[in-house]
Amino acid sequence: MNENLKQLKVSAIENGTVIDHIPAGAVFQVIRILKLDKFDDMVLFGTNLESKKYGTKGIIKVSNKYFSPEDINKIALVAPHASIIEISDYGVTAKKIVEIPDKVKGIVKCFNPNCVTNHEQLSTKFDVVDKEEIRLKCNYCEKITVKNNMEFR
Amino acid sequence: MKNKSLVSINDYSKEEQLRILELAREFEKKPVQTIMQDYVVASLFFEPSTRTRLSFESAVNRLGGKVIGFSEAANTSVKKGESLRDTILTIANYSDLIVMRNPVEGSARFAAEISSVPVINAGDGANQHPTQTLLDLYSIVKTQGTLDNLHVAFVGDLKYGRTVHSLVIALCNYNTTFHLVSPIELKLPSSVKMHIKEKNLTYHQYTELEEAIPHADVLYMTRIQKERFSDPLEYERIKNSYILSNNILNNTKENLKVMHPLPRVNEININVDSNPKAYYFEQALNGVYVRQALMASILGLR
Repeated sequence: MNENLKQLKVSAIENGTVIDHIPAGAVFQVIRILKLDKFDDMVLFGTNLESKKYGTKGIIKVSNKYFSPEDINKIALVAPHASIIEISDYGVTAKKIVEIPDKVKGIVKCFNPNCVTNHEQLSTKFDVVDKEEIRLKCNYCEKITVKNNMEFR
Repeated sequence: MKNKSLVSINDYSKEEQLRILELAREFEKKPVQTIMQDYVVASLFFEPSTRTRLSFESAVNRLGGKVIGFSEAANTSVKKGESLRDTILTIANYSDLIVMRNPVEGSARFAAEISSVPVINAGDGANQHPTQTLLDLYSIVKTQGTLDNLHVAFVGDLKYGRTVHSLVIALCNYNTTFHLVSPIELKLPSSVKMHIKEKNLTYHQYTELEEAIPHADVLYMTRIQKERFSDPLEYERIKNSYILSNNILNNTKENLKVMHPLPRVNEININVDSNPKAYYFEQALNGVYVRQALMASILGLR
């Protein structure tokens, strides 16, 4: 009963993708990373929802949109435990978890103020050198950006 | 290695590095040639440099090539707010090869990505300075007869010195034993030590110069920069703890050579200059041959 009520806090979608188990503080970052702020179909979201596993969580439901693994994995940096649920005709057709990618393009800012990516108009590129701790090595200045000083562009 | 930019020392494999060193030996025997007479090299120095810029330009001139460029950003369009992107795209049209020093880290990688001609990094901030590494390797092989199984002592600012970082990483290919002498505040960063550990090589850390040098085949001195210290008294205390003088060199191996990327301030007493173990000025000369070899190789002339 409770379970059903909770589900209703963010209404169901007919077709599209549900991104569940987003850390409550990261919902807006996920929206930005996936460019959902510029999406023209319906996007529903909730944050600070109750979660048995994590205490609180956020959820986003995107109508009529299915993401490529390459796109969806971009959110792994801010929502490493997110589940991706694909919906068709109100039913679940696929369930996936995100994976930390080997390379990260764009999204993250290099923490080194003297890095060329913070001086010129060009997008950042990183190799993920540690997937557990999330350590990103800049392809340009070769410095390592860690989780604590990670800023999103 | 035709058209292959050199931004980081690891852009070139061990074999490619050794090929440059072999080629450098040829140029040392015959430094004046005309192989570059049809080529224009752009020498773009966005910040001051003496040795690197002049040795590149000397290398080009001795091979009959032409140099265009600038030695500081002040008289260029950069001053008018031109982006590095536009500067590089423009100058790539005027030259066959770009040599660039720029204080912004990663600028050389960026330039190499967008330029239609190859780029040699002559220093990008505190990041990389690969031609210094090649000339250091050349100086080591020339004085020791080999690069393998040597004991190399690094002294001074091991934290910020980019020449130290690149050389340590390059030497990890040669079963080197590292002796690292620095004040606690200026120890070799863990990101560089990681390379030593990956290859299971041995390193020792010291705070006293005298403890390390009896082991060394090569003594690589560096300058401790005043601006790295928040406490000026701390700097005064430390700077005088690593001054190399002739009497310290008495208890060292016969084959020991003292190297230094230069400029030197006071860390090597000038009376060491005439010691047969002093090698830093020859080391700077080697830079010309190594840069000739590198440019000839990138332009496909060798």
